[in-house]
Amino acid sequence: MELLKDIIRPVVAGFGITARRLKHDKVTVMYPEVKREQYARTRWRHVLTRYDSGLERCIGCSLCAGACPARCIYVEAAENTDQDRKSPGERYAVRYEINMIRCIFCGYCQEACPTGAIVLRKDFELANYKREDFIYTKEMLLEPARAE
Amino acid sequence: MPKRVETIVLHDSSTPVIGDVQKGGSVVITTLDTLLNQARANSLWPLTFGLACCAIEMMSSVAARFDLARFGSEAFRATPRQADVMIIAGRLSKKMAPVLRQIYDQMPEPKWVISMGACASSGGVYNNYAIVQGADQVVPVDIYVPGCPPSPDALIYGVLKLQEKIKRNGARTLQDLRLSEIAHPRTLEKVEA
Repeated sequence: MELLKDIIRPVVAGFGITARRLKHDKVTVMYPEVKREQYARTRWRHVLTRYDSGLERCIGCSLCAGACPARCIYVEAAENTDQDRKSPGERYAVRYEINMIRCIFCGYCQEACPTGAIVLRKDFELANYKREDFIYTKEMLLEPARAE
Repeated sequence: MPKRVETIVLHDSSTPVIGDVQKGGSVVITTLDTLLNQARANSLWPLTFGLACCAIEMMSSVAARFDLARFGSEAFRATPRQADVMIIAGRLSKKMAPVLRQIYDQMPEPKWVISMGACASSGGVYNNYAIVQGADQVVPVDIYVPGCPPSPDALIYGVLKLQEKIKRNGARTLQDLRLSEIAHPRTLEKVEA
């Protein structure tokens, strides 16, 4: 009776807890195969957007660079001409660079932007081997023009 | 007395070191190398080096939801002697830099470094006198994970990229295999000199 009371019963009770856990849902996100749904306001990789007409939204005003607490944005503007029109405004960004390794993804650039050109999307896979590869140029950031 | 870190070492461990390595290598070494790289890549034991808020996300990546154990990295070690990869999670102050270097030196070969977050990788918003502007000024960094802080899945992506790098690494000579440190004894005096 001692054997049953002191040894077998607690062991069975212990395995009972394990057995009850088995019917619970698995919580692990099988990451590389399955990506979890990011939250609605998640801020990750920047994208420079375009208007539906294909013109760039960015007007090269550098307000994003001014708002950036990490000073990781560099904007160089140039004048638009009627022959070569990149954005609807007077000017457009001829160079637009973000140092992704210094960026803290605070979203102040998105808040500061008067035209809604720069937005932070949900692509988080940014890790890389070299620091130089983290300078994202305008070509890398700009959304591709929609095929008509 | 901690040593002041003044020299800036711009070293990337992915840069090939020029030396008298024989081209091609023998069949035995290349096969052994593949086997070793697979084993090393799939059992990366991280060293806990949580310096700031990034450490919270680092801890979360080992928990049930993200489960770094699926890639063999669940055994976080508090001693450098048992660790393979150092995850620098958080801003590295100039006062902490000599400690970081010493702990890196105490890790046995082969060893790798993940720089997690904006502050560890470049200084982030802390562009001031107190913070080292990038951990690569102190130790050679293999992978930079941007983010403030990087979410657990972003860190896991970094670990996977590091595994890719280790598996790609080809050895030409027996020394490249880094089987023992006897061939290249690394003493503290030598490092400080």
